Amino acid sequence: MSENRKSLISSTSGLSRRTALKGLGAAASLVAAPGFVRYGQAQSSAPIRIGFQCHRTGIGAAYGRWYERVTTAAVKRINDAGGINGRPLEIVIEDDGTDPKRGAEVVEKFANQHKVDLVYGTLFSHVVVGSAPAAGELKIPYYVVSEGYHVASGKLNRYCVQPGITDVKAQVRSVAPWIASNLGKKVTLVYPDYAFGHDHRDFFEPAIKAQGGEVVAKVPIPPTESSFTRYFPQIPSDTDVIYHVMVGPAVLTFVKEMGEFFGSGGPQLFGFIDSLEAVDIASPGLGFLEGSHFWEGMPRYAQPDQPDYVTAYREAVGIDDNGASAKDAKDISTAAHMFGCWETLNVIKAAMEACDYKGVDDRAAMIEATEAMTDMEAGPDHPQGKKLFNGKIHQVFGEQNISQVAEGKLKVVHRTSIEDGAYEPEADYTTMSF
Amino acid sequence: MAFGPYFLLATLEGLVTAAVLSLMALGLSLVFGVMRVVNVAHGEFYMLGAVLAWWFSSLVGGHPAVGFLLALVLSPLVVAAIAFVAERLVLSRLNYEPEATIVATIGLLYIIQQLALTFYGPEARPVEAPFNHRISLPWFGYSAYKLSVIGFSILMMLATWVLLTRTKIGLVMRATQFDRETAQAFGIPVGRVYAGVFALGAGLAAVAAVLIVPIQQAHYLMGLDPLLLSFIVVIIGGLGSLRGTVVAAVLIGLSDGIISMFFSPTLAKMLATLIVAMVLVFRPQGLFGAPAR
Repeated sequence: MSENRKSLISSTSGLSRRTALKGLGAAASLVAAPGFVRYGQAQSSAPIRIGFQCHRTGIGAAYGRWYERVTTAAVKRINDAGGINGRPLEIVIEDDGTDPKRGAEVVEKFANQHKVDLVYGTLFSHVVVGSAPAAGELKIPYYVVSEGYHVASGKLNRYCVQPGITDVKAQVRSVAPWIASNLGKKVTLVYPDYAFGHDHRDFFEPAIKAQGGEVVAKVPIPPTESSFTRYFPQIPSDTDVIYHVMVGPAVLTFVKEMGEFFGSGGPQLFGFIDSLEAVDIASPGLGFLEGSHFWEGMPRYAQPDQPDYVTAYREAVGIDDNGASAKDAKDISTAAHMFGCWETLNVIKAAMEACDYKGVDDRAAMIEATEAMTDMEAGPDHPQGKKLFNGKIHQVFGEQNISQVAEGKLKVVHRTSIEDGAYEPEADYTTMSF
Repeated sequence: MAFGPYFLLATLEGLVTAAVLSLMALGLSLVFGVMRVVNVAHGEFYMLGAVLAWWFSSLVGGHPAVGFLLALVLSPLVVAAIAFVAERLVLSRLNYEPEATIVATIGLLYIIQQLALTFYGPEARPVEAPFNHRISLPWFGYSAYKLSVIGFSILMMLATWVLLTRTKIGLVMRATQFDRETAQAFGIPVGRVYAGVFALGAGLAAVAAVLIVPIQQAHYLMGLDPLLLSFIVVIIGGLGSLRGTVVAAVLIGLSDGIISMFFSPTLAKMLATLIVAMVLVFRPQGLFGAPAR
């Protein structure tokens, strides 16, 4: 293109027939090029471009790797079925380093440089909180797969939506009754000391109190910590249940040191699988976990009674029966969270089809179409289970799994209902302006 | 938990920190003592040691102790070789000018870190401990491996002490440290001694890293915290003083273990930094360091 322009400029100063012909030829071949014609004549067949804010590096890297694989698989499935409104889906990936500041820069880069249709895919809550204002200012839809309560809290803006994964508040409310009636009523919380952990702290206590239980101690741990033994003495000896949730590269150390400290004779353990996500349960030193319980968004291990669409989903994203990569048995997936990418992309597809999305001018219409959604049936588009979307708080609600470690594998022993986790909306995004 | 066992646990944790820290800080202190080079890339040699330990231990199957021992032997050697080459290619060409070497080692820090990210990846990977025994005390359990780290670290410190005070190599190093030009006049190949010391310092950091990977995991950003703590230890102990380094490492390790357990980890870091400030104001050469000549 630039070469072409140059030749035209030079032709004004000293026009020779040869340069003029060259310029004409170049221009003609550009117009005749297949890509040019397609986009020039039919805007509607240009790809829909989604900016994927991915934790490729930093403390969220293990999640980022699997979010990327699931995204690739989901996009392939959507494109194989004809794309969205007849247009193929294209993913543009930028690494945010699991860093809030970089996250906001990435959103800006997506909007101004890549000129994508929307941004999607963020997991870590501090990155979501850091990036959301940028998405609001740039008026670009921001579909997160994060679990945090920040979307549902109403503190973000109308462009931020979480339609593929349940938030922490609903998760803890749905598991609390089970913990109180099966494990014990005196609970000590061990959680990472930042937004995501604070959601656990703030919502579990009222939830367990409603069941007649109590939180006897709270042990916050800085998210960058690499050694944990020093925190365990803060757990009171009359604790019935240790409720643990940890994130970051040191999760294996956390669980191992907990095992060294308590052995198998300590209090009951109820963990959010985050404490073990991307970690092999058969790792040495984790034998003490046998018999303990975990929350799982979606089961890591293939369950005997799983529907066909779950089997198909697991095959598409490339995980074996143990939840490890089909190519490398040591590469354990983040199965309990990554389904959110698959489901979110299907929600994006449904929203774009509902509003007949044409381009960036339809961004507001797309958000409105998402807000109008309610029931989502379990199936190939929603393999984790049926969902209920609340357009007022831009948050989806779903069923949760409680699994027990048996013979070194996680076996689902209880599935909560959507009603177990439901709560009164505390905000209404639909009244906010775009 | 009662005060007694609580204190015991805090002390044990502190001693493990001190053991690893003293090895690492000793490397930093040697490099500064002999070469007058502030090695900002020291933490990355530590990280490299951990990453290589994972790589070596994943090469062999069988009992985890085999992989661990292989890593314990090979990883420090490889790291030392890399440091040797870096010294010859970069630091020696800068004539060891203090400002230039600081900038150069900062550059080295980023190069090593980003190479690790590129080739090793962003994951944290564990190395299996050579043994997984759990010592159960009446109040809590403790990892036997952690205790063995303390023991091994003491052995390494003794070996370094013997090397420095009882061997010809140590004599040459001390001579170079005392007066570089006179040493050169007496036929000591100062350039090679410098390269050797730089390699030894990096090797010690790598040993510390191999000892820690079964407890923590190898990760490309793991070098930063130990680097800061090592600087704190070296400043308090006195640059170039082996005894000072050990004493300061135990002091910082124990205070970190005990204060962070009874109060908060942040307070422990604040106090360590405060001690550094006090030492710099009232005894700039460090507790055991000789005043600059």
